[in-house]
Parts: sequence; C-alpha cells; structure tokens
Amino acid sequence: MLTAELAPLPVETLRQDFPILNRIVRGKPLVYLDNAATTQKPQQVIDAISRYYAETNSNVHRGVHYLSEQATIQYEGARRRVANFLNAGSEREVIFTRGTTEAINLVAASFGRKFLREGDEVILTEMEHHSNIVPWQIACDASGAKLRVAPINDRGEVMMDQLRALLNPRTKMVAAVHLSNALGTINPVKEIVELAHSVGARVLLDGAQAVSHLPVDVRDLDADFYVFSGHKIFGPTGIGVLYGKAELLESMPPYQGGGDMIRSVSFQRTIYNDIPYKFEAGTPHIAGAIGLAAALDYVENVGLERIAAWEHELLEYGTGLLQEIPGLRLIGTAHQKASVLSFVLESAHPHDIGTILDNDGVAIRTGHHCAEPVMHRFGIPATARASVAFYNTRQELDALAQAIHNVNRLFR
Amino acid sequence: MNDLRDLYQEIILDHNRNPRNFRAIDGATITLEGYNPLCGDRYTIYLVLDGDIVKDISFTGAGCAISKASASVMTSMLKGKTRAEAEAAFQQFHEVATGHNAISDQQLESLGKLGAFAGIREFPMRVKCATLAWHTMHNGLEGKHEGATTE
Ligand SMILES: Cc1ncc(COP(=O)(O)O)c(C=O)c1O
Repeated sequence: MLTAELAPLPVETLRQDFPILNRIVRGKPLVYLDNAATTQKPQQVIDAISRYYAETNSNVHRGVHYLSEQATIQYEGARRRVANFLNAGSEREVIFTRGTTEAINLVAASFGRKFLREGDEVILTEMEHHSNIVPWQIACDASGAKLRVAPINDRGEVMMDQLRALLNPRTKMVAAVHLSNALGTINPVKEIVELAHSVGARVLLDGAQAVSHLPVDVRDLDADFYVFSGHKIFGPTGIGVLYGKAELLESMPPYQGGGDMIRSVSFQRTIYNDIPYKFEAGTPHIAGAIGLAAALDYVENVGLERIAAWEHELLEYGTGLLQEIPGLRLIGTAHQKASVLSFVLESAHPHDIGTILDNDGVAIRTGHHCAEPVMHRFGIPATARASVAFYNTRQELDALAQAIHNVNRLFR
Repeated sequence: MNDLRDLYQEIILDHNRNPRNFRAIDGATITLEGYNPLCGDRYTIYLVLDGDIVKDISFTGAGCAISKASASVMTSMLKGKTRAEAEAAFQQFHEVATGHNAISDQQLESLGKLGAFAGIREFPMRVKCATLAWHTMHNGLEGKHEGATTE
C-alpha cells in the first residue's frame, strides 16, 4: 500500500456531501453499512439529475431542436466519462444498460448466440452473484455448452490450480467477479484474464462491487468485457455499464431490437446501427447516465487510491473489532479483501442480528446475498454482512461492534 | 431496547433455545416443507392424524429465532387438537401477528403463548418468519403438497 504518500481522506467533510447520512432512524443516527447492496448519493449527483430534468430534459439522438441537442451532448458526454473512468480505448466500447444484471444478460445472450456451440465450455467461480450464474445457465441451455465451476477455498479465494485445470481449448468464456459481494475477496483478475486468453477464451469481469473500491483499468487488465452498476458507485439506480472490446461487440448480434439500434428498417431488411448504439434499443435512461457521470466525477475527485487506502484501514479496524466478539465467525478471510465483513454468530441467526442492529440504527444486509453457492460452500443458510464505503468511520464500526454485543446479550 | 423486547419476548427466546417437538416423525400422515427464499428459513412439518385429531406434530429445519420459536409454539399448542381447532388457531395466530386491531390486555391473556407474537406486527419485515410454520401446517391440513413459500 502506498498509504504514506497519499493525503488522508477528509471523511467528515466528505460526509457532508451525503444528505442521507445525517438521518436519524429508529431514534438513532444512521450507521449505513449496507454499501454492497447500494451506495448513498452525494448532493452533486442529486443536483445533476434534477438539473437535467429542470433544464435539459429531451430525447436524445432524434430531435433537431436545441434541447435534444443539449441532452445528446450530455448523454454522450457521460459515455466518454465512463470510457475515461475505465480507461477504455474508445467510447464506442461503452454501452449503457440498466445495471450489471442487464449487462451480463446482454453478453450471455449475444456472445452466446455468436460463439457458444454444443460441447463448448463456460467457466464461472463458486463465488459468483446469481446475476453472473443464471444468464450463463440460460446461454448454455440454448447452445448446448457446459457450465464448469472453479471452486473456492476455506478463506473464500478461487483455487487457481483448479481453475487452471478446468481451462482447455473448448473453454469459450470465463466469467468472474472482480470483488465478491458475499465475501469481500478481490480476485486476481489480471491473472485470470491471462490464463483464459492462453486457451483462447474470452473473459467477462463483474465489477459491480469493485469500481467503488479499487481503481480499474480495463486495458491494463485486458478484460474482454467489464460490467458495473451506477447505484453501487454513488450514482442512480437503473443505469449501468457494459464495457466490451470493439472488435468483439462489432461481431456480436443485437440483444434487443427497436429504435436507435438501427440504421434503416424495411419489412424486407433492417440494417443495424454501429456500436455502441446497436446495443441500446429504445430511449435510454438519459438522466441516469448523466447522474452516473456526476458520480464518477465525484469519485475521481476524491481519488480511488485514497479511497482504497482508507477503506483498507477501516476493514482492518472492523476485522479486529469483530474477531473479539465471542461466538463470531467471519465468512471470507481472503488475503486480498475489500469493504465486506460477512459473519455468522453462534448465538443468533443472521436475520435476528439484522433486526437487532437495525434497532440500533445500524443498517446491514442479512441473507444469502444472491450468492447461494457461497452459502452452500460454507454450510450456512445466510450471513450478516456489513460493507463499508469511503464515507464510513471508525466510530461507525464501533457502533456495529456494540450492536453485535447487544445481540449476544439478548440471546445469551 | 424496549421495542426489541416486545419482539423477542422471553417465550420466544426460550422456544428458540429449546425448541419443543424438534424431531422428524417416520411415517407421518403429512410431511410438508416450508421455505422462505428471502432469508433461507426452511422447515419440515410432520403431522400424525388419527381421524380428525392431530395425534402428533413435530418439526425439523433451521431458521431465525422468530420462525423457530413460532414452529415450536405451534407444535406444542396443536397436539391433541382437532383439525377445526388447528385451523382456528392458525386464523388466530394470523390475526395476532399481522392484524391491525389493537389487542386488549384481556385478549392477550386468553391468547396464552400466542400472545408472545403480538410484537411481530411492529416489525413487518419479520411477519413472514413468524407465519412460515403455520402456513406450512395449514397447507398440509388442506391437502396441498406444494409446501409453503412465504415470498
Ligand atoms: C458482485 C455483484 N454482481 C452483480 C450484482 C447485480 O447488480 P445489479 O442488481 O445492480 O444489476 C451485484 C449487486 O447486488 C453484485 O454485488
């Protein structure tokens, strides 16, 4: 870590940008530790969205009038913003979707139709979110390809030997999460990409969690596809991103048909538009894209290296506090980890933990976190999960630990 | 933690810690699973019927304190009851856990152990935990083979 060279994060000042963090819930100051589910929005994002509706609202790519031109400029500006954020080679490689889920479905359906055949193989890791499992099951059902799973060890790390052993010339796709929402594991994605490419397979990286915690450079990773959701990086819901290498996207068939994705239509023959528009049928979520661009501006202003360094401190601090609590077992103890503290208690079921913490104003998530195979792997029905963002503080982790002690007291 | 004590009353904590009738019954007349996919609570309810009478009732499975205590209280209440009485208890439990009409102290007393679940109505996110076992039992008596999913 380069922590020594980075100026510390002015957390208290930054918190003032997030109006919701001042809320009182159930009579207590809100301690928001459910950032893996969704993140809070800074005033800058809220303002960008209201300003768009108050001043610019119009449809894009269609009107000759002033507002439509302005809306188009802002929407396409947002696309450039995303391309720049991911260090994509071109904004043509950035497709707006509803979120991570839709982006993965798009790739599984379109890439699957073009490249998956009977006897081919798709490799996933055991820690994938359901949204990076089910679309591939559907694509495999449709094509006759086989799904293979790279297992994880007791710390919640992909067993790289096993992944290596699964790779073979029939492998067409490796789909892996960059940062696991259930365990906090940071996968060695650059190595995974290299291994996959060595057998000619393509790679989709699920960056839903990663983008708000780690700097991401898709060209350095050499990822074929990279996907994320706006709402998990301080932007609005309903907007997300699919990054794909241009030559791949160009070779893939459209996902949905409709307006904007065509160049010309007749009943005899329809000519599709160029990328990225070929994959954006219908009126897009214009305000969402603009809000997302504002969120990325915000994050880059704060600085992802500084964010990663501060969150690392928080994670170490929180891990220490939790390990002192009698009967608490952390689920997910990878060497490379960020943001997530998933745990179970001997005394109480995660659902009860969630209710009791909520009563203390501490918001966490309980359940299987849309990663049921991870729960099966660890032989548990569910976990309680606290997940930090850069605006969280040590005091908030103290409140978390205190609330967990209260659970133990109640269930003693 | 006043409100929480309304939810996690002593009866509930006790039945969670020491669940009654927590065992499988081989050759039960009715065996049915109930599942809450949202939180992963999963129970199997076993009913032994002798004509109209619930001769034995038990459960196995895992879930939160509310769901487990609810299953435990249910089994301890229904043993020896008729189908009609079991059905009436189901309706009564439903009213206690989800109803909007205030419950008087007098009613609370007549409810017995069911009264312990009156705190649930203040925690709408937990109603499904409390009702899972009851719905499963109800579906079993109705002759449904689908089990209950509270989603
Ligand atoms: C790792 C991971 N992948 C995918 C998703 C799905 O994201 P969304 O629901 O925004 O499409 C999530 C969010 O829960 C996630 O954490």
